[in-house]
Amino acid sequence: MTHFFQSHGFLVASIWPLPTDAAAHGPALDAQLLLNLWIGLALLALAHILVIVGLAKRRTHTPPRRQALIEFLPLAALAILFAFLATRAEALWETARYTGPSRSALQVEVVGMQFAWYFRYPGPDATFGVAKPELVAPGEGNPVGIDPTDPHSADDFVSSQLVLPAGREVDLRLHSQDVIHGFSVPQMRLKQNAVPGQDIHIHFTPTIPGDYAILCTQLCGLGHYRMTATLRVLPEAAFEVWLTQHSKSGAR
Amino acid sequence: MKHRTLGFAYLALSTAALLAGTTLSLLMRLHLAWPDWPLPLHGPILPEEYLGLVTLHGTLMLFFVLTIAPLWGFGSLILPAQIGSRRMAFPKLNSAAFWLLTASLLIVCASPFVPGGTAISGWTAYPPLSAVASAGPGQGLGMDLWLASIALFSLATCMAAVNMLTTIVCLRCDGMAWHRLPLTVWGWFTASLLSLPSFAVLLAALVLLFCDRHLHTGFFLPATLVVNGIVTHSPADGSPLLWLHLFWFFGHPEVYIAVLPGMGLVSMVLANFARRRVFAYRLMIAVMVLIGGIGILVWGHHMFVAGLSPFAGSAFAISSMAIAVPASAEVLSWIATVWGSRARLTTSMLFALGFVSLFITGGLTGPILAQPILDQYLHNTFFVVAHFHLIMAMAGVFGLYLATYYWFPLIASRTLNERLGKIHFWLTIFFAYSTFLPMHITGLAGEPRHYAQLTGIIGPSGTLLSSTMPLQRHITVSALCLALAQIPFFINLWITLRSPATSASNPWDATTMEWAPNAFSEDPAAPEPTTHVAPCEYSLDGETFHPQWQPVTQPNQPE
Repeated sequence: MTHFFQSHGFLVASIWPLPTDAAAHGPALDAQLLLNLWIGLALLALAHILVIVGLAKRRTHTPPRRQALIEFLPLAALAILFAFLATRAEALWETARYTGPSRSALQVEVVGMQFAWYFRYPGPDATFGVAKPELVAPGEGNPVGIDPTDPHSADDFVSSQLVLPAGREVDLRLHSQDVIHGFSVPQMRLKQNAVPGQDIHIHFTPTIPGDYAILCTQLCGLGHYRMTATLRVLPEAAFEVWLTQHSKSGAR
Repeated sequence: MKHRTLGFAYLALSTAALLAGTTLSLLMRLHLAWPDWPLPLHGPILPEEYLGLVTLHGTLMLFFVLTIAPLWGFGSLILPAQIGSRRMAFPKLNSAAFWLLTASLLIVCASPFVPGGTAISGWTAYPPLSAVASAGPGQGLGMDLWLASIALFSLATCMAAVNMLTTIVCLRCDGMAWHRLPLTVWGWFTASLLSLPSFAVLLAALVLLFCDRHLHTGFFLPATLVVNGIVTHSPADGSPLLWLHLFWFFGHPEVYIAVLPGMGLVSMVLANFARRRVFAYRLMIAVMVLIGGIGILVWGHHMFVAGLSPFAGSAFAISSMAIAVPASAEVLSWIATVWGSRARLTTSMLFALGFVSLFITGGLTGPILAQPILDQYLHNTFFVVAHFHLIMAMAGVFGLYLATYYWFPLIASRTLNERLGKIHFWLTIFFAYSTFLPMHITGLAGEPRHYAQLTGIIGPSGTLLSSTMPLQRHITVSALCLALAQIPFFINLWITLRSPATSASNPWDATTMEWAPNAFSEDPAAPEPTTHVAPCEYSLDGETFHPQWQPVTQPNQPE
């Protein structure tokens, strides 16, 4: 069945308006979602047909003796169906979340604040410098609060756009400075809250170059609706060029 | 006050909240579809005002409509008669609960008029947004009023629950054994049972949040925060996730509290008009209690992407999926009860069937949202809004209409006009679906909740959000029609209440105790009610029935 949904994905998906799917884990997630939606729709139709037919039918005068057959058999079938869906979902969840990113994953820190996202790259030393709340000053070009006295900070740079290479795993470190924000990239089938006081990691692999929406999906204040940003996925080579340019300006 | 008067008083409170809550939702819908539309006498709706509408709408509907009306309103009105009692266990406690709820409603309704306006953090009030006054307009005094209001509400609910539980346990009449209780009573019983631990935990959480706001504690606040450019330190390194745990430990059972009384009533009304027993009656008792029991163990599915351990996500996925099994058992019983019954399609029966339809439609998206990997896409989108508005809000409201049409002869000694009732039903269910089904579609397209505006945003985010605009307008028009579809109901009330009292004492050939001739008698000399049989004792052909109050020797003939 999975195979059917993946190979006929476009046809089957056409009535469900999911946005472009541009992440490595996306097609499996979409297949599970569409499978669920179709099963739900079929059960919806079946239940309504049963109610309508049951109402239209001539009255039966015999007592429904076979309670086991009428109640427990469909119930057992439904329980097996739910167990099947749950098992598949758990397997996908395990793949996505139980283990961390590979050691070669690109590291980016995502910082949420009312009402903007900032993305910090660690630079050539591959290590984030220390950030201090006291140093946070978006107006002075230091929205993340990077401490310049830390040697690791020297090559860190901050971007208002999340730029990633296609085909390479990325390890995002989510952090919030003020309230809970929801980091969501619909086209990457990705969502994870950024919680103040916590660093939360999430990893995924973008596959198709393009510009995608980044939204805040946890009510964070009056500007919640405009706390959006752009994810730009570039081909590997173009990404290297972008990275070099920004590393230089950042290390200036 | 007598419990009957109190029942009316509770319903009046809910009706006021329902009218206000509906108006607020229409303003939200109008603003979403036509963001530049100026509200007459006010001007354009600002983002913080939109979030104020969100907060008040959720608070009014969830607490003051869907908790008070089905549980304390109809519970106080009907429950004592249904168990053959002429009183409730603690009338003063019940009165006190009502006055606390009135104060609670007044406080939350006053909050938009204080400096800064009403709270903007939604009915879930996640900290630090709800804990730090500078995090937004309305998070100062408005938030304090919200806290005070909901704290009073929690206290009142615990009091009313103690009254209801004690009434059910201690005041059942002779012969009203547990297995003879109508499923309505089981619904009220389970909901009251759930409301005790859940509202007690909510009250505790509200007190902790109050301490964080005013007494410099740090239950929900991490060591440092930078809000609005100002660094704040908390003495303890607390966590906002603690609030999410406590809130949803309350919040998830709360949605079952809202819908369980309706589920019980639907079972009884379907059986009444199908003129047969509730299919698998004893199993349904078990199922209701089971739904309540599992309902306490599923709160984590609101937190799949909140920062829990992924293993916790897996565990909560299993408990949440498990609840689909007893819920399916309910639906199967409803289908089997009406199957081949040639049921009388009165307005009450139609609303019961409408409840079943909405429960199925809203319920089937439940298992989808119980899968953490899918929640990673669907969390906080309009898909979720569609889900809970169908299964909780719409099914809950259908339960209230069902109760009103069905019990009106007992409430007002008159029967509501069937013709107007049917017009009301068909318009309501059509526009309910027309409003909430398309929200699944906008949610799948990626529309997040709580967005004050979907237009005027640049970049790919703007493209994604504005792609839903044609459907937004459709939804708004449907929501307006849904509100207008309630006019026949109010006309019906007006016409019926002006007509002379006429109703036969048991117009639906019902079998439960509240329809006994002296069930609502205030005469202390009236004979004490006695229960003789289980509910819904109809003959196989449905021609005759045996009400619960009738001694076993003489079967009653229908009128």
